[in-house]
Amino acid sequence: MARTVPGVLAAFQHIDAACDAIQALRAQGRKDFTVYAAAHNHELEEAVGKPVSPVRLFTLFGGLTGACAGLGMTYWMSLDWPLLVGGKPIASVPPYVVFIFELMVLLGSLSTVAGVVLLSLAKPTTGLAYDPRFSDDQIGIFVPCTGADAAAVERMFTDAGSVGVRHAA
Amino acid sequence: MATIVRDPGTPTQTHHEVTRDVVNTLGTAGKGYLLLLAGAVGLFLVGVGTFIMLLKDGLGLAGYNPPVFWSVFITTFVFWVGIGHAGTLISAILFLFRSPWRTAVYRATEAMTVFAVMTAGLFPIIHIGRQWFFYWLMPYPNQRWLWPNFKSPLVWDVFAISTYLTVSTTFLCVGLVPDVAAARDIMSGWRQKVYRIFSLGWKGTDNQWRHYSRAYLYLAALATPLVLSVHSIVSWDFAMSIIPGWHGTIFAPYFVAGAIYSGVGMVFTLIIPLRKVLKIEHMITDYHFDNLAKLTLFTGSILFYAYLMEYFIGWYSGNVFEQTTFWRRAFGPMWWGGWTMIICNAFVSQLLWFRRIRTNLTSLFIISIFINIGMWFERYVIITSSLSNDFLPFAWSQMNPTWADWGILAGSFGWFGMWFLLFARTFPVVAIQEIKEQIPYPRLRKGGH
Repeated sequence: MARTVPGVLAAFQHIDAACDAIQALRAQGRKDFTVYAAAHNHELEEAVGKPVSPVRLFTLFGGLTGACAGLGMTYWMSLDWPLLVGGKPIASVPPYVVFIFELMVLLGSLSTVAGVVLLSLAKPTTGLAYDPRFSDDQIGIFVPCTGADAAAVERMFTDAGSVGVRHAA
Repeated sequence: MATIVRDPGTPTQTHHEVTRDVVNTLGTAGKGYLLLLAGAVGLFLVGVGTFIMLLKDGLGLAGYNPPVFWSVFITTFVFWVGIGHAGTLISAILFLFRSPWRTAVYRATEAMTVFAVMTAGLFPIIHIGRQWFFYWLMPYPNQRWLWPNFKSPLVWDVFAISTYLTVSTTFLCVGLVPDVAAARDIMSGWRQKVYRIFSLGWKGTDNQWRHYSRAYLYLAALATPLVLSVHSIVSWDFAMSIIPGWHGTIFAPYFVAGAIYSGVGMVFTLIIPLRKVLKIEHMITDYHFDNLAKLTLFTGSILFYAYLMEYFIGWYSGNVFEQTTFWRRAFGPMWWGGWTMIICNAFVSQLLWFRRIRTNLTSLFIISIFINIGMWFERYVIITSSLSNDFLPFAWSQMNPTWADWGILAGSFGWFGMWFLLFARTFPVVAIQEIKEQIPYPRLRKGGH
């Protein structure tokens, strides 16, 4: 079983209270906290203040790879057995645009999903305290800390308006 | 003082009520649901039986007769690909447009897309006759190292449909992950174990949302041109030939509009009874149906224009073969099919100008049945009437569908319905997290963000 990360887990009912707590954590120079929410929320995203996800690079790389694969495949396969039909060019770009486009979309989509998986795995959630209410109607914040530090964080969460704070051993 | 008018699309429930109501749809199935499922499985078995007979005795059973070698199976293939298009339009294109009314209905329509394209994908295989050689459709060289002909629209189609199926399935599965996680956190016992596997460790952390929300946006951006391209490519299966009635430059937009029109029709047919069976009437309301009906009216009007243009260009071309084809569609042996498509698609859709009809579920359900019938007939008329009378009048012959055609058609509805109903009870049919995105969290202090 995964080792539990010691720290403080707070639940918030109100968005502004959660954002205040996040900003207070950032003001203390903390970067290792985790925020849980049931839905994507721009206000929380802004409070956390992380840069735009690099997943777009996966999309770009996958899309370009797909487009090149589509062009390369159709050209190479046509020239591999040159069959002249009706005086038309053996390799002709206009009909091949379909394959270039389809493979661009296919590989672009699959690499986007691969990007989410890889980037999410880069910051694993195993061992972090969690509460099922965070996928329902509450916002959660977990801060890995111990001892006096944990007591200070707990106090800060309570002052910000948390509806429940607990320590994860 | 300015009054803030609440967007009618904003859900009235709280976050908790949304989770509870959607997860409740995953509970034990009621009588109505089981009856629908039994009907779908029954139809599917009819299709299986017919397919076994086709395997045993060949395509001759299916009314294939010179000069018509594309008939009910290809008609049904185009019909099901078209059905899928509304799902992607609602889930991807309307997502990019930030359309608030899509959230309550898009999951069901996205599932409809996947199962419709899955159903469509069976038809080229059924149609080829020697189904055990279906892998010849894949682009690999034959025994003489001859590669596929990439200039053929049929090869374009293989790529387009397989890409469409993969991308729509990916889009559906990605959208499901946070909702399955919400179900996992409420469920207990074996169900929780199953949902834990499908939720892929989702906890809704800021890091996960950061990557997920971007990825979803890019997937929608990639799916948007894909949906427009797929039915364009399907239309080129016909338009790239020189057969009268097929060789038209209008085909791509005409087919795309028709696809969305037929898809929205199927959305009505599925969602109107489903919301009752799953008790989610308060989540999918008149507001959503009104907007869906406006989309139907818009695409139906494009279709009306396309029908007019087809006949006009047929006459204006001065080409006797084109003129004869369209004359025979309206007044020849297939007049009943030609008029069915025009009445069900062009005329019936115009009833949706009236708000009272757009918000009356009985009327919408009846109209949706007309749309389903009309759009199947549209493809049937386009395909078989053009093949029945091409350039050689001595070869003209009518296509008469047989019991095998109807058996496979019924089986396809059963196969589609069975998967859709199983999905609706197994996974959240309304997108929990996107609806929650529309509901503001409560605040301690007054004032908005």
